[in-house]
Amino acid sequence: MMRKTFTTLALFFVFSHMAWANPQEISSGDTAWMLLSAALVLLMTPALAFFYGGLVRSKNVLNTMSMSFSALGFVGVAWIAVGYTMAFGAGNLFLGDFNFAFFNNVTTAADNTGLGVGAITIPHLLFALYQGTFAIITAALISGAVVERMKFPAYIAFITLWAVLVYAPMAHWVWGGGIMAKIGDLIGGSFAGLFALDFAGGTVVHINAAVAAVVVALMVGPRKDYAKKAILPHNVPFVLLGAALLWLGWFGFNAGSAWASGELAAVAFVNTAVAPMATLVAWNLLDIFKKGHATAVGTATAIVVGLVAVTPAAGFVSTFNAILIGVIAAFPCYFAIEYRVRTKLDDSLDVLAAHGVGGFTGAILTGVFAQKTVNAAGLDGLLYGNPAQLVIQFVAILVAIVFSAVMTYLLVKLIGLVLPIRPNEKEEGLGMDITQHGEEAYTSGEGAILVLDSELQAAEASASVREFRPVLT
Amino acid sequence: MKLIVAMIRPEKLNDVLRALYKIDVRGFTTSKVEGHGAEAEVVQTYRGTTVKMTLNEKVRLEIGVSESFVEPTVEAIMSAARTGEVGDGKIFVLPLDKVYRIRTGEEDAAAVTPVPLSI
Repeated sequence: MMRKTFTTLALFFVFSHMAWANPQEISSGDTAWMLLSAALVLLMTPALAFFYGGLVRSKNVLNTMSMSFSALGFVGVAWIAVGYTMAFGAGNLFLGDFNFAFFNNVTTAADNTGLGVGAITIPHLLFALYQGTFAIITAALISGAVVERMKFPAYIAFITLWAVLVYAPMAHWVWGGGIMAKIGDLIGGSFAGLFALDFAGGTVVHINAAVAAVVVALMVGPRKDYAKKAILPHNVPFVLLGAALLWLGWFGFNAGSAWASGELAAVAFVNTAVAPMATLVAWNLLDIFKKGHATAVGTATAIVVGLVAVTPAAGFVSTFNAILIGVIAAFPCYFAIEYRVRTKLDDSLDVLAAHGVGGFTGAILTGVFAQKTVNAAGLDGLLYGNPAQLVIQFVAILVAIVFSAVMTYLLVKLIGLVLPIRPNEKEEGLGMDITQHGEEAYTSGEGAILVLDSELQAAEASASVREFRPVLT
Repeated sequence: MKLIVAMIRPEKLNDVLRALYKIDVRGFTTSKVEGHGAEAEVVQTYRGTTVKMTLNEKVRLEIGVSESFVEPTVEAIMSAARTGEVGDGKIFVLPLDKVYRIRTGEEDAAAVTPVPLSI
């Protein structure tokens, strides 16, 4: 995508005698920042586990947190196996090729041979892993819509396949040289030369995950207690801890998306700091005027909404415009959350309202506020004389929504043929921690009697122990 | 002998304990409980969800006392736990058939803490 061209151009001036040679010389500064960025983005998934885990009831906290943690393993391995090459292999307009399956041919040289991206100045190996951390967090985001009521094996199967079959293609379209990177030329006419601006993944990550979340939530159905009983967050400090760690990790997500250290990374870094600040102010004030209190859950939510909204814009807009994006995004997301709980859609932790509405607002506002004076490799937006960019942003979002919705629907249907998706009411009532994982989060051990090996066989045979054992049946 | 059961505000527990120690009542059990009384319900909001909390946190005290300690104990609790606002709690005084001290097997008045001076 174009910000890579920016790096390339910069290098052209510095090393003009060898600008297009492959491999590039490794930049130790870029590599240092990207090593850290990869670790920061990896941290976002455990952070999400705390954010989501605090929002559910105590009987479901381990299940909810495992939905994120297990993504680190299953999606991570799937990414290395086939996800990466499908996303970033040169391939065609729709899908990468399989040259880099299992990280084959992924070397430590700054070599973009066979990749659908511009020149890189960091080891290809690091680039490949950095991109994997995005796939993991995106898949884990979906879990917020189906917490407290989905069989764990079916969930694992779903996010693993989703990361490969939905995330990887879309990443290819936007970042790997696919259709969204060439969307202007594909539409033609006055749109020629334009492309969808998505700096760090507003469309690929947030809109994509949110649409999938809604589809899965509708297919799995609402929790049995939804809209009947009060369902309260069991640990608000966890929610705040998660928000804090997400914010920290997001610096790697957004500023790391410069794929280099330097001016562009600094722009994205500052925007990642200021947009959530602005959202937080707007959200607290909305809370005070509407409810009489600035809520802590609201503060945590605001931070995430601000981060989501600035994600596509991070490397394309000025600091002032990033603040505007943060403030503006607070309003549709705030009212979307207020409205959603009154509907039949049990998108339990508001993936749609935070990531979907926030991602949509951010992607559109990127088309409004983007400036070439901020990033020469970007494009101007509506306010800077390029109204056509807004159309491009809309088309890209629309393509993402349709693709994500259709593919997610098919995947859940497919998995439903093989694995049970929904636990029965009794299991749901007892909680997913006991029924899906055979553990409890907050147990004192009182009343727990040690089962000796010699007794185990007899115990296995007794119905009272066997009942919660096999999650697959 | 009587069993005195009192429901008090959690934030008044320290005051009540101090008052009980002052009159030498040193044997009791406390537990955290929740209940509903005459208080107005507290409204909370979590994201878009508004709930009213119908149960209020209280501390439950259980004190087995000999007859001479009943009135001082009740008075100590009453004065230390009172704020004058709705929600100060209740004191129940129940007849007590039998008391055993597990360590020694002592019974009744010899088994309550403190042991009354008269025996």
